[in-house]
Amino acid sequence: MKREVLERLQEHRAAHRPVVLITDLESGEQQLILPGDDAVAPGLRQAARDALASDRSGTVETAASRVFVRPFNPPLRLVLVGAVHIAQPLARMAGETGYEVIVVDPRSAFATESRFPGVRRLSEWPDAALPALSLDSRCAVVTLTHDPKLDDPALDAALRSDVFYIGSLGSRKTHASRLARLRVRGFDDDALARIRGPVGLAIGARSPAEIAVSILAEITAALRRATP
Amino acid sequence: MADPNNDDPLERAAGWRDQGLGVALATVIETWGSSPRPAGSQLSVNESGSFVGSVSGGCVEGAVVESAQQVIRTGSPQLLEFGVSHEQAWEVGLACGGRVRIYVERVE
Repeated sequence: MKREVLERLQEHRAAHRPVVLITDLESGEQQLILPGDDAVAPGLRQAARDALASDRSGTVETAASRVFVRPFNPPLRLVLVGAVHIAQPLARMAGETGYEVIVVDPRSAFATESRFPGVRRLSEWPDAALPALSLDSRCAVVTLTHDPKLDDPALDAALRSDVFYIGSLGSRKTHASRLARLRVRGFDDDALARIRGPVGLAIGARSPAEIAVSILAEITAALRRATP
Repeated sequence: MADPNNDDPLERAAGWRDQGLGVALATVIETWGSSPRPAGSQLSVNESGSFVGSVSGGCVEGAVVESAQQVIRTGSPQLLEFGVSHEQAWEVGLACGGRVRIYVERVE
């Protein structure tokens, strides 16, 4: 790999731009393709688009050679609304799983460095914080506060984006009243069906760490389009 | 939380090159049957044999690191294949029964 290819690849990744690395397996030649690049052979352009959409690498036969297509999607992000106890193990586990974790909580006693070492923390209210994050299809949003003042504006912002997962902690009863409030905000049943509530897979989780496992498992299933 | 880039093979490859070390990058190109790491998985190796990342569940990394040393010296990419049908597999032990093809290239 030429140094300039590696440097440009790392620049695109640092800027959260999706990019595809093409390697000619016979000549060793490499090129980078960005979505919308039209100076690229149509066959390769389609292969690059498919690789980004499926987040899978593979080899492709072209007229001249055999190439390896390696997509680099922007990093996965997990936005946790509520710097509560469950958020602590969930932030750690999600970090291990490859997510950039962002904890949103305007209550300064909760979102402290000592409770969330090294985690990005935002002390704005969710209706200001979430739109500023430019939520995209590589993001998951989980609300953990049970407090409508914090959860509702976060869910509102998440539902207006194409995040791949929205989860909301709370009992069935809490969830039903939450959905009723969101209906008043103008969301229909199809939109509200995107919210997983009660959040997490039903594994009988009790402790905060176990609940974090169940939530992270549900997020993983949504990301990989598996049906547990 | 740890810096997510610490374990990133490409980040590490660039860092090693900045230090003037020879570096090779190994990438899983194809897999058949049950293989622990999917196509696209990467391993960076430097000239002293340190590596970061993975191309299998630990079964073939030793052999890949060895090939990487050659690639760092010669500059010619290598296409490696490991699997139970291959005699080398018994040596390096791809216990899962899958097969994997790995492309090893020098980072210039």
